[in-house]
Amino acid sequence: MTSTSTRDLVSQPYKYGFVTEIETDKIAKGLSEDVVRLISEKKAEPDFLLQFRLKAFRHWLTLEEPDWAALGYPPIDYQDIVYYAAPKQQEKKASLDEVDPKLLETFDKLGIPLSEQKRLSNVAVDAVFDSVSIATTYKEKLAEHGVVFCSFSEAVKEHPDLIERYLGTVVASNDNYFAALNSAVFSDGSFVFIPKGVECPMELSTYFRINSGDTGQFERTLIVAEEGASVSYLEGCTAPMFDTNQLHAAVVELVALDDASIKYSTVQNWYAGDENGVGGIYNFVTKRGQCRGARSRISWTQVETGSAITWKYPSCVLQGADSVGEFYSVALTNNRQQADTGTKMVHVGPRTRSTIVSKGISAGHSSNSYRGLVQIGPGASGARNYSQCDSMLIGDQAGANTYPYIRSQQPDSAVEHEASTCRISEDQLFYLQSRGIGFEEAVSMMVSGFCRDVFNQLPMEFAAEADKLLALKLEGSVG
Amino acid sequence: MIRPDAELLLDISDLHASVEDQPILKGVNLQVRAGEIHAVMGRNGSGKSTLSKVLAGHPAYRVTGGSVRYRGDDLLTLEPEQRARLGVFLGFQYPVEIPGVSNLEFLRVSTNARRETQGQEELDTFDFEDHVRERLKVVQMDPAFLDRSVNQGFSGGEKKRNEILQMALLEPVVSILDETDSGLDIDALRIVASGVNQLSSPETASILITHYQRLLDEITPDYVHVMAAGRILRTGGRELALELEQIGYDWVDEQLAAEGVV
Ligand SMILES: Nc1ncnc2c1ncn2[C@@H]1O[C@H](COP(=O)(O)OP(=O)(O)OP(=O)(O)O)[C@@H](O)[C@H]1O
Ligand SMILES: [Mg+2]
Repeated sequence: MTSTSTRDLVSQPYKYGFVTEIETDKIAKGLSEDVVRLISEKKAEPDFLLQFRLKAFRHWLTLEEPDWAALGYPPIDYQDIVYYAAPKQQEKKASLDEVDPKLLETFDKLGIPLSEQKRLSNVAVDAVFDSVSIATTYKEKLAEHGVVFCSFSEAVKEHPDLIERYLGTVVASNDNYFAALNSAVFSDGSFVFIPKGVECPMELSTYFRINSGDTGQFERTLIVAEEGASVSYLEGCTAPMFDTNQLHAAVVELVALDDASIKYSTVQNWYAGDENGVGGIYNFVTKRGQCRGARSRISWTQVETGSAITWKYPSCVLQGADSVGEFYSVALTNNRQQADTGTKMVHVGPRTRSTIVSKGISAGHSSNSYRGLVQIGPGASGARNYSQCDSMLIGDQAGANTYPYIRSQQPDSAVEHEASTCRISEDQLFYLQSRGIGFEEAVSMMVSGFCRDVFNQLPMEFAAEADKLLALKLEGSVG
Repeated sequence: MIRPDAELLLDISDLHASVEDQPILKGVNLQVRAGEIHAVMGRNGSGKSTLSKVLAGHPAYRVTGGSVRYRGDDLLTLEPEQRARLGVFLGFQYPVEIPGVSNLEFLRVSTNARRETQGQEELDTFDFEDHVRERLKVVQMDPAFLDRSVNQGFSGGEKKRNEILQMALLEPVVSILDETDSGLDIDALRIVASGVNQLSSPETASILITHYQRLLDEITPDYVHVMAAGRILRTGGRELALELEQIGYDWVDEQLAAEGVV
């Protein structure tokens, strides 16, 4: 290629790779029933929660780690992980002024200012540092509307009835290996409750930051939208660069009652490891939403750019009649990253509808698989699904696979699947360049064109961000 | 229009270039001054498109010798996008399709890149809409093409018109049009030719790569060059093109043999 072929350009360094020096309260490595009890005790949890954890743990012991995904990684030593670490700032502070300035500074550096003066005007943020929530903005304003937005631990204290009613009802504690592990040891996360008829007045957002090198991250998120309620929620994630792998096994549960709507967006930018595949996060996440009520709607939008390994299938169980599930995904892998991601749309109720739009972009030596299941149960008469899975290859070393599974027990239903694969060619880039468009901009124009259907689904504040993130991740990958 | 004192826009001297280590251009010499129109003809595979891509900076072609000066400066060290911004335009023989990238947005970004280099102000989406509608008239193109992806699903002739639209927007100094006439119906040929004529000026120059006299009936060349085996073998006035219509290219082999090129 020409003199400044991007082959020669070094990839943009991961700019969130710093570690914050802060004292933490950490328990010893290893996992046992005592550790589970210790976590529950440290958090002064009610008995129902301890029992939930113990049941999950006992079940987990009987399970084998799954190996069906198109992923390759050395065995994880579950005894070599710390299961509880929290910044030493025991009590959650009433005001942000009392939060350790180092933590505020960390989030400032990540572009998530929390202080009164600088915070985003229309987005409420829950900042989670090493699985512990350190601050939530706009709580009072949201409370005026009856909206609860707080850390999971706080919710356990202040709304134990809601937690007891909904926890584990979408993703059971014995659902799968990683969900069982999470149910046993989860430390914190976010809780959202939108009461009947309320349209949440602002975007809600949780920002997850991993800081420790040897700590597993097990967050738990629960969002409940009552009849006619609606909410748009976004999570963002970053982590420092370590040359070891950290396990991140989160569980997200969404519940939508009659006419409720939940829009859940993710911009995942965990540390991906270096160009040789050393280090990076193992992102093994269970996300599921239940459209419990008639005409309810759950929409997942994800932009997955980070992690050494991503293994996640945000799913919708469409129980209520006429309920709607949506999944819009952009998964980008570069260097040695691996992603096996997709969705499950389980049609239970009549006239349920689902849409799947998946865009996989693979560059470098990475591998990127879409795996999706559309299941139409016997009661789902008139159900409809539309799936579109497109892959874009950059360079000739990357791989892309599509595994669509369809199971229908209902003849009166329609499932439509489209798939395509394309490659960014040298001639296309040259064409754009020969019209005065720089190489990097040419790549990012083609990539964002490819992803447009998905980016259009992101909350406006984050769509431009996602575009930039992809461009950044691809820098130096073509040539 | 030949004016010996006009600015020397393009000075190609003993240019050699290879693709995949296969030498294709073997000593091209060509000088283009402001106001001139050059036609480049020659058999299939003689190196015409290769020359045009080397001038535009295609990464697959490696220059192995010689030089190209554009308005006095070395052209070959510039990135393709820099060449375009400075006013070198290549109308492709085979314009590629770019799915997902809106034609309108593409045209706007490229137009602004060129305008910035010329010290003109950037056009926002609204101003650009007006601007592009004006230029669409030059090629009598339907505005509906603006809403589609770049060249995607365009017919052969529509792609060529889109190339001339780009030329109209970028206002290049040197335009190299590689077989812009191929695949055009008779009316479209006339429209494209009249577009090129409208865009010509005493300050600019064009190199028309073509196989057919028909285009040269519409756009009168000042010079006609015949390429063979990666060189310009013969240069003449407009009458050379008419002569080629009669005699074809058989003489090329004799001349190459006489010069010791097999
Ligand atoms: N990318 C490439 N890889 C291999 N060979 C190439 C490549 N580009 C050009 N060539 C070869 O170089 C020679 C000149 O090709 P070029 O396209 O310049 O011819 P041309 O004069 O434009 O022909 P035509 O009139 O058919 O358009 C041909 O033999 C062609 O096969
Ligand atoms: Mg050619």
